Amino acid sequence: MARLVIEARPERSIWAPVQVSLLAVLLTCLGGSVLFMIYGVPPLKGLDAIFIDPLLTRYGIGEILLKMAPLLLIAQGLAIGFRAQIWNIGAEGQLIVGAIAATALAIQFNGTTSPLLLPAMVVAGMFGGMVWAGIAAFLRAQFNANEILVTFMLTSVALQLLYYLIAGPMRDPSGFNFPQSIRFDSAAKFPILIEGTRANASLYIGLAASAVAVVFVQRSLVSYKMSVGGISPAAATYAGYSSKKAIWLALLISGGAAGMAGVGEVAGPLGMLQRNISPGYGYAGIIVAVLGGLHPVGIIFAAALMALVYVGGDFALLSVGVPNAVTGIFQGMLLTFYLACSFLLTSRIRWIKPDALIREASPD
Amino acid sequence: MADTPLLRLRGVTKAYPAVLANDAVDMDVMPGEIHAVLGENGAGKSTLMKIIYGSVRPDAGTVEWRGEQVDIQSPLMARELGIGMVFQHFSLFETLTAAENISLAVPGTIADLSDRIRAASAQFGLDVEPDSRVQAMTVGERQRIEILRCILQEPKLIIMDEPTSVLPPKGIAKLFETLRRLASEGIGIIFISHKLDEIKALCDTATVMRGGRVVGVVDAKVENARSLTRLMIGREIAAPTHSDERGDGHAVLEVSGLNYTPQNPFAPALKDISLTLRSGQITGIAGVSGNGQDALTRALAGEIVHGSQDAGAIMLDGKALGALGPDQRRVQGLHFVPEERLGRGAVPIHTLSENAGLTTHHAGLVNWGMVKLGKRRALAQGTIDSMDVRCGGPDATAQSLSGGNLQKFIVGRELALRPKVLIASQPTWGVDVGAAAAIRQKLIDLRNEGAAILIVSEEIEEIFEICDNIQVMFRGQLSPSAQVQTTSIDDVGLAMAGDFAALAGREAVHG
Repeated sequence: MARLVIEARPERSIWAPVQVSLLAVLLTCLGGSVLFMIYGVPPLKGLDAIFIDPLLTRYGIGEILLKMAPLLLIAQGLAIGFRAQIWNIGAEGQLIVGAIAATALAIQFNGTTSPLLLPAMVVAGMFGGMVWAGIAAFLRAQFNANEILVTFMLTSVALQLLYYLIAGPMRDPSGFNFPQSIRFDSAAKFPILIEGTRANASLYIGLAASAVAVVFVQRSLVSYKMSVGGISPAAATYAGYSSKKAIWLALLISGGAAGMAGVGEVAGPLGMLQRNISPGYGYAGIIVAVLGGLHPVGIIFAAALMALVYVGGDFALLSVGVPNAVTGIFQGMLLTFYLACSFLLTSRIRWIKPDALIREASPD
Repeated sequence: MADTPLLRLRGVTKAYPAVLANDAVDMDVMPGEIHAVLGENGAGKSTLMKIIYGSVRPDAGTVEWRGEQVDIQSPLMARELGIGMVFQHFSLFETLTAAENISLAVPGTIADLSDRIRAASAQFGLDVEPDSRVQAMTVGERQRIEILRCILQEPKLIIMDEPTSVLPPKGIAKLFETLRRLASEGIGIIFISHKLDEIKALCDTATVMRGGRVVGVVDAKVENARSLTRLMIGREIAAPTHSDERGDGHAVLEVSGLNYTPQNPFAPALKDISLTLRSGQITGIAGVSGNGQDALTRALAGEIVHGSQDAGAIMLDGKALGALGPDQRRVQGLHFVPEERLGRGAVPIHTLSENAGLTTHHAGLVNWGMVKLGKRRALAQGTIDSMDVRCGGPDATAQSLSGGNLQKFIVGRELALRPKVLIASQPTWGVDVGAAAAIRQKLIDLRNEGAAILIVSEEIEEIFEICDNIQVMFRGQLSPSAQVQTTSIDDVGLAMAGDFAALAGREAVHG
């Protein structure tokens, strides 16, 4: 009698993460089809609106690249920590603090034309994110406080800090009491990448971070030590690798990356500091990191896909009239299906026929 | 009227992706029979036992239980039939107590079970405190829980996967007594062990396996260790050879006044440990596990560092090591082979190439913070070659290797940097005869080159086979050192029960 068996993979497969990601995308499309049918939209038309339409116009491509930049940056940073089992889920808060730090410079040097202002803002944003994540690192390393809770709660604190600053110290004095900062000068903004779109040069930071991540993950001793600590803490203790160092590194790297992503928003499409500076990039970055198999190259594709879902959600709202909550639902389905299928990373399914088995068993 | 066999296997076959684990295996176990299953690691014993216990389904072949063909679909069904198993790898919940773990498999209240556990502990010499948590226990204590859990279920057939490897000699004798009594009541016992003398002493019949096939069913009383070994591995193995050429005996590692109280309240504190390891000598530390060996090896290797150790001094060639972590101690030439292979000595899902770097990166494998991948791979390949590790090459994951092969790889990795001091905890625990002989020979070779070696082992025979000096650990204290040549196993057995005076008068003399 033939039967399906689930068995451990005898060796590590580099294609397994790709298969799992593609399977998750496929299942999301199926789940999305059901959703569209509930709304009375033909499934193919709905999927077409989300996954195909944005790719057909210059505007759509520009928007995808625009949203890809912060996702890429955040996910590359988070993945480094996730591989070491250090779970920073407060990238949203670190993004906000990074944006605040960069805005402080933009306000201080308002009117300057110096080409150094923008790089200085990027560095300031990075430090802002690192300080915010550093709080969680300190509490975890010194008092073993759970970094998941601390980073998550610090996101709420960061939001309140933002609300306070734009209602007070950082408010535009001639802005009719609107809770927002002054509009940034062009010296404090990223140049536009493609004429006629909003895609800007902050994408280069994301791509550069990806290139650095590839080398870091595949070659560096630091990354190796962090992954040992994440997979087998006892082996890391035996080898003498410091777990505190891994905690600090993971949180500072991911915090710094998220902080730079925040600069990309205020110095990019927004051009100012305001109440809503991120449509949940910090959380979507978690999904991108996981969906990319925590691999720097996989994350590039996952970031592009997630950006497509963001833009596609807007397109679907306009063309087939489904609520824009569809973006969040698609993101949720991607993560859920990925996690549900992730046992395939270490196992595989085989269809065994009895006669095939006997042949396999006795080669002679 | 020949009895119906309790268990009859015919043509049992199980294929895994890379290997044919069982190839048309036949086996009969009669009621009241103690039946040995012998074979090297990877010979297919574990798979066969898992099939009998229902945790693995055979691809072909039949299983008959008391004359009726059965399809054992799960361990639950096996237990209902009356088949119990004591696993080599433990299946205990760390956060539960011994009694709570047992209560998951045996009906009854915790209080009721605790009484039964204490009674059975006393009866079989299996020292287990029902209220202690498993996370606080050593490998030896955990195995004793497994054995108790099985015995309390009153099975008709008991599978014992290397049950004696963590018992003191007295405990083994007691266990054998118990097993014989169980057998005399008509209970069948399948006994897996690498120790041929035990099989000769205990078992009636031996099924010998090699490469997934049964290569012989013999009368265990008639065969001798040599003939069984030949059958099992298909060739003779040489006894380890000692050479007179060796180091000069100067003290390499000196430990004095080491005290350490573990955070875990159930682990014994180290009390005033003094120890000297000399060039060209192997020192063996005997003792039942759980007497502080774990803390001692961690303190020596540097996993427990300065600040948590009071007053003690650890000197390597006159240089204080106390404040250094394991990686820094390795730079000084002190290497350590831990007891647990998967998850501590090696990262399970990492390749052998990656695992080769775990403890060797300081030896020229890193440039500007970047690992030299080619060099690390070459180190892995060299270790595989020199230790004859059977594997799929440097890209095979650590978890794909059998226990013995992985241990050969780990020992080889630590030897590759020619340590001045090597500490090895249970270097051959659960390793098959061929691999154990190879590992012991490598340790002796290292000693002959002048290294100072410390071996912590619960196998007294192993200590007597390869060590020059012996010390015994009991409740966190270390006995004086005695020369192996002038010491008897009985003296060591007494010392293991706390009578250090038994070793006195035989103290090692160092000219």
